[in-house]
Amino acid sequence: MNATVLHPDADALGTAAPALSPIPSTSAAAPPERGYWRTVAGRVLRDPVTLACAIVLAVMLLALLAAPLIAPHDPYQGSMGQRLKPIGSPGHWLGNDELGRDMLSRLLYGGRLSWFLGITPVLIALAIGGTLGIVAGYAGGWVNMAIMRTTDVFYAFPSVLLAVAISGALGPGLANAMLSLCLVFVPQIIRVAESTTTAVRNLDYIESARASGASALTIVRVQLLPNVLGPIVVYATSLISVSMILASGLSFLGLGTRPPEAEWGLMLNTLRTAIYTQPLLAMLPGLCIFVTSTCFNILSDGIRGAMDARQ
Amino acid sequence: MLSYLLRRVLYAVPIALAVSVVCFLLVHLAPGDPINAIVSADTPADVVEQVRREYGLDRPLPTQFALWLGRVAQGDFGKSIASGRPVLDELGPAIVNTLRLSLGAAAIGFALGTALGVAAALARGRWPDKSIVALAAASVSVPHYWLGMVLVIVFSVVFNLLPSMGAGGGGSEAWRWDWEHVQYLVLPALTLSIIPMGIVARTVRGVVLDVLGQDFITTLRGKGLRGGRIALHVVKNAAPSVLSIMGLQLGYLMGGSILVETVFSWPGTGFMLNGAIFQRDIPVLQGTILVLALIFVLLNLLVDLMQTTLDPRIKRQ
Repeated sequence: MNATVLHPDADALGTAAPALSPIPSTSAAAPPERGYWRTVAGRVLRDPVTLACAIVLAVMLLALLAAPLIAPHDPYQGSMGQRLKPIGSPGHWLGNDELGRDMLSRLLYGGRLSWFLGITPVLIALAIGGTLGIVAGYAGGWVNMAIMRTTDVFYAFPSVLLAVAISGALGPGLANAMLSLCLVFVPQIIRVAESTTTAVRNLDYIESARASGASALTIVRVQLLPNVLGPIVVYATSLISVSMILASGLSFLGLGTRPPEAEWGLMLNTLRTAIYTQPLLAMLPGLCIFVTSTCFNILSDGIRGAMDARQ
Repeated sequence: MLSYLLRRVLYAVPIALAVSVVCFLLVHLAPGDPINAIVSADTPADVVEQVRREYGLDRPLPTQFALWLGRVAQGDFGKSIASGRPVLDELGPAIVNTLRLSLGAAAIGFALGTALGVAAALARGRWPDKSIVALAAASVSVPHYWLGMVLVIVFSVVFNLLPSMGAGGGGSEAWRWDWEHVQYLVLPALTLSIIPMGIVARTVRGVVLDVLGQDFITTLRGKGLRGGRIALHVVKNAAPSVLSIMGLQLGYLMGGSILVETVFSWPGTGFMLNGAIFQRDIPVLQGTILVLALIFVLLNLLVDLMQTTLDPRIKRQ
């Protein structure tokens, strides 16, 4: 098991930020935290590749949110005479799909669903897995044993197989696909949350808080959470990239969304028949998945690097 | 160390059992009466009742699990609803095909990944290093089912060099490692190899840099050792972690080939799973997933054992 030390303070080796001191003030730990995150943000802003990815994602998010305003056509309105128009056709910049629906409009609407399908399971898994992992790490003993051994079982399945097994047994559908993805990510987040919490729990300032008579709940809230949440959330962002690929993969297999719904994975599947006639057109939805997933991957790597003061 | 090895083997037993519980529960996860997972919809009612008793589906869940596990242990995974044949008969050739595909992908991915990783480590910080690191990052975020389609367009549609579907005629037994058959393997294996390539490249780069930075390398250089001899020491020290990553990747390849097999209609377990999902053929789904997950558990075990034997420094509590 790679018990990566994601604890930010552990890497603080005399950089400019005073916030990196491993002893946060007991009363309202907010100001030093903000200082630390400001340093991280500053480092991200000075990293051109990470910044570029963040901008691409931000622009894409805006376009997807504004889809009803900027989409040139109805994404579900097809026309049999206009099927498989090539990229660059007048009035249909990105061409038409196999049912004559405007490709640009479908990509915009499809992206809304793909992003939703990719991000929601990670958020849910973050809430569930983060809680369970912190509980396991802080409580230790048999609670830790019970949670971590259950996690081991899910680790015994390759993630694609687990997602396909669960959503295959439950049957196709959006909710089932998201449920299966949650089950893939919860154990992974538990492991990171547990190892981070265990590492922080044994640090001196937790010990001194305990000695000063603070209750377990207070220690978790004031000392523990501010120091473990960052690494756990950053780990979760690295899962978004995987989640987008898996979610679109499930739709590609017909397990996520169903026609005529616009979703990148599903569009890629239905356009497979067109690879001989309009290969470039058929590649578009996959290209969208690729760009989004790569940007999320690089962005989360960049943030993690910025949190690691040694770099 | 022997006691560690033994404990590690014993630890795999409860994991394997828990994996079978999950697979067993898949049937109960499926909406509707689990009996529908065993008999087809048009079976007369009295036969359905008879099968229900036969399979013990009227008994409590733990008893059902014990009965099911007993049958599975004897190689009885039930009958496919779609074809009526025993699941095991269909599973056998499919697993062999998936293994062929995975080994092909592993060969490409591990070889390229190692080469790229070493090249990047040797050129640390310069442009070859930077582009290889970027390539490795992209390779794990590429939707490989899409990459498969891109390769089909390039190699099958545009240049007409390689076949885009199937595994050659004649079923699994007719397979030979000659060009006639291997040409069908090239595109799916290449597609599948992209993720392990990226991960192996990243690992090799990291491990090689790590070893090269250690004091004993400086000592060896000081003793006057040159390239080849130093490389030998690097390989010896890097091997355990690199080999264990490769072992795990092989497991992921076998369990994660469903999307690529679907794109290329490669007649392996993934293609079979895909069919089973759409025909609601739960016995096939359950059997395939159980066998793939158990293979993964076994590979994990082997990797751990190998790593401990190769690298006695690893401390185990």
